[in-house]
Amino acid sequence: MRKNSPGTEASVVAGRAAGILLLVLGLLLAAGLCTASAPSDNPIPNIFDPQSTPADSLFHLSMFVLVICGLIFVVVGTLLVYAVVKFRARATDSTHEPPQVYGSTQIELAWTVIPILIVVVLVLATTRVIHAVQDAKKPPNVVEVIAIGHQFWWEFRYPALGVVTANELHIPVSDPANPSPTFLKLLSADTDHSFWVPQLAGKTDLIPNRVNEMWMDPHRTGVFLGQCAQYCGTQHAKMLLQVSVDSPEDFKNWVNAQKQPARLDDSVSAGRKVFETTACINCHAVAGTAATGRFGPDLTHMMSRRTIAAGAAENTPENLGMWIQDPDMIKPGSLMPAMKLSDADLDALVRYLGTLR
Amino acid sequence: MSSDAMAIRTAEATGSHWLETLHEWVTTVDHKRLGILYIVYALVFLVIGGIEATIMRIQLIRPHADFVSPQVFNRMFTMHGTTMIFFVAMPIVFGFANYLVPLMVGARDMAFPRLNAFSFWLTALSGILLYFSFLGGSGLYGAGNAPDVGWWAYAPLTSHAFSPGHSSDYWTVAVLVSGFGSIGTATNIIATIFSMRCPGMTLGRMPLMGWLSLVMAGLVLITISPLTAAQIMLLVDRYLGGHFFDTQAGGSAALWMHFFWIFGHPEVYVLVLPAFGIASEIIPVFSRKPIFGYPVMVAATVGIGFISMSVWAHHMFTIGMNSTANTFFVMTTMAISVPTGIKIFNWLGTMWGGKIQFKTPMLFCIAFLFQFLVAGLTGIMLAAAPFNWQLSGSYFVVAHFHYVIVGAILFCIFGGFYYWFPKATGKMLNEGLGKLHFWLFVIGFHLTFDFMHIPGLLGMPRRIYTYEPGRGWDIWNVIVTIGTVIQGIATLVFVANLILSYFSGLKAGNDPWDAWTLEWAVSSPPPAYNFAVIPTVESRRPLWDQKHPEDPDSRYE
Amino acid sequence: MSAISTPIRQTPESWRLPYRGKVGMACLIIAESAIFTIFVVAYLYYAGRSLSGPTPREVLETPIFFTICLLSSSLTIHFAEKFLVRGGRGAFLGFWFLTILLGGLFLFGTGEEWHRLIYEHGLTISTNLFGTTYYSLVGLHAFHVTVGLIMLSIVFLFGLAGRVGSEQSARVGVLSMYWHFVDAVWVVVFTVVYILGR
Repeated sequence: MRKNSPGTEASVVAGRAAGILLLVLGLLLAAGLCTASAPSDNPIPNIFDPQSTPADSLFHLSMFVLVICGLIFVVVGTLLVYAVVKFRARATDSTHEPPQVYGSTQIELAWTVIPILIVVVLVLATTRVIHAVQDAKKPPNVVEVIAIGHQFWWEFRYPALGVVTANELHIPVSDPANPSPTFLKLLSADTDHSFWVPQLAGKTDLIPNRVNEMWMDPHRTGVFLGQCAQYCGTQHAKMLLQVSVDSPEDFKNWVNAQKQPARLDDSVSAGRKVFETTACINCHAVAGTAATGRFGPDLTHMMSRRTIAAGAAENTPENLGMWIQDPDMIKPGSLMPAMKLSDADLDALVRYLGTLR
Repeated sequence: MSSDAMAIRTAEATGSHWLETLHEWVTTVDHKRLGILYIVYALVFLVIGGIEATIMRIQLIRPHADFVSPQVFNRMFTMHGTTMIFFVAMPIVFGFANYLVPLMVGARDMAFPRLNAFSFWLTALSGILLYFSFLGGSGLYGAGNAPDVGWWAYAPLTSHAFSPGHSSDYWTVAVLVSGFGSIGTATNIIATIFSMRCPGMTLGRMPLMGWLSLVMAGLVLITISPLTAAQIMLLVDRYLGGHFFDTQAGGSAALWMHFFWIFGHPEVYVLVLPAFGIASEIIPVFSRKPIFGYPVMVAATVGIGFISMSVWAHHMFTIGMNSTANTFFVMTTMAISVPTGIKIFNWLGTMWGGKIQFKTPMLFCIAFLFQFLVAGLTGIMLAAAPFNWQLSGSYFVVAHFHYVIVGAILFCIFGGFYYWFPKATGKMLNEGLGKLHFWLFVIGFHLTFDFMHIPGLLGMPRRIYTYEPGRGWDIWNVIVTIGTVIQGIATLVFVANLILSYFSGLKAGNDPWDAWTLEWAVSSPPPAYNFAVIPTVESRRPLWDQKHPEDPDSRYE
Repeated sequence: MSAISTPIRQTPESWRLPYRGKVGMACLIIAESAIFTIFVVAYLYYAGRSLSGPTPREVLETPIFFTICLLSSSLTIHFAEKFLVRGGRGAFLGFWFLTILLGGLFLFGTGEEWHRLIYEHGLTISTNLFGTTYYSLVGLHAFHVTVGLIMLSIVFLFGLAGRVGSEQSARVGVLSMYWHFVDAVWVVVFTVVYILGR
């Protein structure tokens, strides 16, 4: 049996292990600097940038777990590197086999007991956070939202406030001294989905025939991004989420505006006629009109939203026209049918929809 | 005898030799040939699954790419997962177990050779059935073709309402039938180990590969069956109007999840235990010491087998189970890290004080140790349920499980190839190409799977055919894709090595590595009957006793 | 050619390992138990949760007679096995045939029950959750009984042809293990469906 040149492989192996750890940690920090022009002041949905109590609790537990795991990695990794370097076969070795050691009860006990202790600590820490988040009591000052997952958009209802909207959620900021968290009931109209806005909370699934609950109490205003995190079909990738955390004043104004029925504007009555006489009303609702469909998003105040098709495109007249005529250009596999309207009808319709502020 | 020789010469003369060979291989019941069939089959599907992965990675190299449509992408991740688990990883571990277990326990073949062949062909043909879906999954507009429901096929996505056509049925039936093959092979392994060990080989003297195959097979029996049951229920729903997972009729989507993961979690232990077995054979030989703590390793293996049955819902931390249920699964999941860690320490203990030889099999096993350590630690992170509420369904999980399946399991499998190829073929694999394969693969693996953790931490979910720019995910996806290409090249180097060495590798002889278990006592390749005389053993390392008669192991065990 | 040079010894008399047929059948039984467990879990989970349609209490009649038939067949197969070991081929065939008869009666009873449920009560596999889980669980068991009866019949035919003697008793014992398993499963299914589930 040939012997290999000692040292080279072992030292490269050793360097590799340590290097990878540093590289990953460093790049993690650098990740925050990777931004581009974005629709939100918080473009990176970083789980290590918590802005709400549940996300905070998760973050602190994560750090604790990471530190323990990091220590284990360093200790065991060092021992492995040491073993590979120190006990490598050298060309100068005799041909005798090394001492044949079969085991050691003390050592086995040591490296059984210590991991058990670590596991106990981790379980206790984890249990505490599970209860803190899942069994949190609802304070008196809550905003209640019912979120219903659809293939491939989000329906949001505020039963106490009389608001129905889609895809872009507005909630009030919560003052730690006088918390006003938002509690969500999560339902599904079809398959499994998952509500994930990393900076505000861990994800919770929306499962048909099941009611799940989650809560968040954002500590500062801003717009936070997320998306569906449970594969739900062809356009799972474009079931995006946007949560606007508003000041109490802004939130009140938003609610009042959303509560109003649709604006009536005679100059777009042609378009409104197109809307109400084609298949649009089978799926969509516009409050105060004949349109009461619930299969698709509520359009009463659709111009108050930044995007259409659950974040798949900016809410502009061109995109809107494209979406109505040929949704596959924007979101192939979505359940919006191609309406195949004449140019004149399409133009009038888009103008009508443009008044639904 | 001479009439056989004449028959062969006549056959050669008439040129029907290859047909005879083909016939021999198709009708073989020899565990060694079936083992090789399993392994070659798995390698072919490894390449196919790798192509599917590469297609996905090209699509994801930049946001809003249009290399493939969402429909095709969704089929790719479904087929990639299903192929890799059921038609690469399972067959390859069954192949190794098939080849090695009878040789290691001193038997002439498996307990049920015909069942062995039947099990292989069930698996092989069901893989072909799955791929036939690309052609035959016809159905309603836009719904036919390969399955696109993810390899877990969550209900109610698989109901007719959301999966019209037959694509989901190809998934269901192919996996169901391969499950029967798996149960057959598991039965064979268990019966061989219990009923056909050579004299003197008590269970306490069996090589660890035997123990790990035994526990793996036991797990297969109780873990494949829940999936089989769930798939029968799914077929009842889809074809007999049943309501097992019909949420409109009061059925439960979560029930499918429970049944699937009761299969799915022990399944990963089915895959990893044979990898542990390979490491437990290679590391001692190339450290020139016996395995450290053999009884503890056996106990840890059995412990892992049992505990693994109780952890399944850690795949379901986000579905809204109550805090008590979540806490229970946190406890069991973290508990399983104890016997797993013990194994890592024992391998470390084996190398400690040894004379480590950096041959290719050992290189792969050393990398396995580091990578499995990392994979286990990211597993602990995922076991902490609240941390899991952020990490699950994201690329962090994808990185974690590929770290286990590629970084731990596949690396051990590669090590096993370099270690036992000489035994199976009589030729050594080329060391130079082996080292090239190793280093290329290490670089590619780490480029892809180290950096893949980061988009997960930054909020990138899995199973998405495209993503928004500006979320901080772009650069990481590029790096991940580059690593994929390098791993592909490394795999090609490996395949080239297999082919070249088969024809012109150095002669191996019986025992090229100076090893200690029974398979090295016979010729390379072994004769069809394995042992002319069934051996009698007196220790765990019968060949050590033979080579060191003045200091046999039996004195110390 | 074996290179191992350990001296040729006689296999020590004390080296006895379990019969591989029994081990193999035990493995099959373990796997099948797991499948049945999942169907039982589904049955229990969905008990009382049907949104509409007939309930167990309304339509199920406890099949006491046919259950006694099936459970007695375990006894008869046990006797058949015992006689075969001692070489009593005639008695073996008699008890073996009785086993098949009793098993066949059980299947007939199941068929009769299903006929009543479908045509008198309108309960099918697609009616509601109860229908789905009931037919699946009982049907899975009946399928296993059917396969068992086919195997028993094959052995019976071989027996009639004089080919089953005490040398085959080990293999017959393996099949008998399977039959006992099928009966044990029925005890569980019976308890779950006709006692707990109501």
